[in-house]
Amino acid sequence: MSPADGLPPDLLRGLTTPRLSRRRFLQAAGLTSLGGVLAACGIPGTASGGGGMYGQTDAIERFWKRQKKTGTLDFANWPAYIDVAKGGDHPSLDLFTKQTGIKVSYSEDIDDDDSFYGSKLEPELKSGQPTGYDLMVITNGIFLDDLVQRNWLIPLDQSAMQNFYSYSSDLVRDPSYDRGNVYTMAWQSGITGIGYDIKLVGHEITSWDDLKDPKLKGKIGMFADTEDLPNSALCAVGVNPEVSQPADWKKAAQWLTEQRPLVRKYYQQDYLQPLAQGELYASQAWSGDVFQKLEVNPNLRFVVPKEGAPIWTDNMCIPKLASHPRDAMIYMDWVYQPKIAAMIADYVNYLTPVPATQQIFAKEAAQATDKADKKYYTYLSHSPLVFPTQSEFAKLHRYRVLSTQAEQDQWNSLFEPIYES
Amino acid sequence: MTATVAQPPAVGAAPARNHRPRILSRLAPYLLVLPGWLWLAMFFVVPIISMLSVSLMTGNDLAGFTQTFHWATYADAWNQYHTQIVRSLIYGLIATALCVLIGYPVAYWIAFRGGRYKSSLLFLLLLPFFVSFVIRTLNWQFILSDHGMVLGLLRSVHLDFGVQRIDSTAVAVVGGLTYNFIPFTILPIYVGLERIDPALLEAANDLYANKATTLRKVVFPLSLPGVFAAVLLTFVPVASDYVNANILGGSDTTMVGTVIETQYFTNLNYPLAAALSFILMAILLIGIFVYARVLGTSDALEMAAA
Repeated sequence: MSPADGLPPDLLRGLTTPRLSRRRFLQAAGLTSLGGVLAACGIPGTASGGGGMYGQTDAIERFWKRQKKTGTLDFANWPAYIDVAKGGDHPSLDLFTKQTGIKVSYSEDIDDDDSFYGSKLEPELKSGQPTGYDLMVITNGIFLDDLVQRNWLIPLDQSAMQNFYSYSSDLVRDPSYDRGNVYTMAWQSGITGIGYDIKLVGHEITSWDDLKDPKLKGKIGMFADTEDLPNSALCAVGVNPEVSQPADWKKAAQWLTEQRPLVRKYYQQDYLQPLAQGELYASQAWSGDVFQKLEVNPNLRFVVPKEGAPIWTDNMCIPKLASHPRDAMIYMDWVYQPKIAAMIADYVNYLTPVPATQQIFAKEAAQATDKADKKYYTYLSHSPLVFPTQSEFAKLHRYRVLSTQAEQDQWNSLFEPIYES
Repeated sequence: MTATVAQPPAVGAAPARNHRPRILSRLAPYLLVLPGWLWLAMFFVVPIISMLSVSLMTGNDLAGFTQTFHWATYADAWNQYHTQIVRSLIYGLIATALCVLIGYPVAYWIAFRGGRYKSSLLFLLLLPFFVSFVIRTLNWQFILSDHGMVLGLLRSVHLDFGVQRIDSTAVAVVGGLTYNFIPFTILPIYVGLERIDPALLEAANDLYANKATTLRKVVFPLSLPGVFAAVLLTFVPVASDYVNANILGGSDTTMVGTVIETQYFTNLNYPLAAALSFILMAILLIGIFVYARVLGTSDALEMAAA
């Protein structure tokens, strides 16, 4: 028996260990709880781990069997990316409502993939909330890959894509970023090249290296993103971005760093206005944008540089937890009718996913009575930017797919400090 | 909750039970301050601790972040982005100095010459701020554009001195910051000046001080608490602003706020974003602490709270 036997345990503890003063006690408690809080938390990942509906054809079929038309469609798209009539009306959407009875609430909520994904999709879907959209348009690349990996897109109803399989172009059917069109159908595609004002620059631009001309100091615009900027620079240093390696990335980053003192600003969507107004003489640009601004500034030109350029596709897809997926499905296939595709291409002037529109434009040109209309449709049906030829396609490259986190980190840490300088 | 406990003792209660209210009355101040502490704990302490915790994690958004006490993130953050951090502080200092230089005379004029129009004048001062911050900044982009009102006008009278552009330069960013945050400077200075007894100015006059001396020896020292508060209230939001640099900035004007935004929303690199925020906060806190020790008075803190 020890001598301590028989003493109350709390007294014994008080005798054998130093008593904690109240203040010390609070400090200690604070420290342990702080340490505990710091250590205990983690942020759970959002990878689906191969779960979800992908690959489970039955589940997808069963899901779509349950989905009925509701008469409503919430559609998020990019600004100036659909036909517009006077007064801001969208004739193709009106026609859709007339033919199908589905009312479309159309919003131009997407300014760029980065911020749309980061501030609208990610927070909602991560917490299991619907995004409020039934249909959205996301560019192929990092963010679309992420959406697929996280299982945040609803696989399409393959039995409801007749128009798509009849009329879509090879470029957008079974594309490398979405084999079998499981999740997406293309909205439009486009080229990232150089837009410039031929009068202000004073000569024709043919090469990415023309954007390193010291005479253009302060008049050059580049993009602030981790897709177009790096992939164009890879083209500029003579590398096909799709198969580029980290050593090439460093060369491209070097090219961009050398160019930086000449750059006025790294832009998001807002480069077009300064370019049209002559504040920028030359800028990285998207093909359709420049074409749309010709009315404002007839001196604008768009060129696919001789070293090559990135081509991208914006894709319609249905976010997880969408309330009206059937309506979205109906719309997606509906726009693949050549007539409808022509209505949209006529206005946006990007690479249309429906090649049959070329004949429609040619016919319009032949039948046009108005001189300006004739000129416009003749141009449109021959435009290499809307209907590129085979040899032109050879110069166009898809973005580099960054498949591992390590690759993504290396890529970002090389290119981000350039545009966020 | 406290209200039910703090009821007065029932009339005619036995004197032996008097100790209860005495304990309560001793606890009362703590109970009253409790909501304040809870508020601080919920909206300051908890977020700060969780931010600190996030900044020490490693991982990625897909696989999740786990706590590894990875302090190296701080070194990476500083190495990659110290230019932007230092730039934010410099822009912050310049813009704050400009705000005080412009704001002091305005506040002085309203306080001493405003008369019965004082409140209308203050209202006029705040009027533009009923329009969205972003929209006003976008308008500056328009005004400062290469062929816009400012440069176009200067060029037409040949006073442009060969300046090619203002938009997308550091000048535009600092100008935007000054414009957007100047009410935060004027109002505290105004409060400081307003408290000065006009009789003191008369006294200075009676003692043969001329106007400049009065300003230097009487008005300015008495208004210092207001200036102190104004500098605090201006510098902190200016240094962490990201709207002006985004809209009015160009290729070498990015501030740390933009970087944090990109890391958080675009790259989903929460640890780096948290580390950057922490570094910025630490620098600001240390700066403010030193500043307060050197210049501050209890009066000044009162003014900051006003």
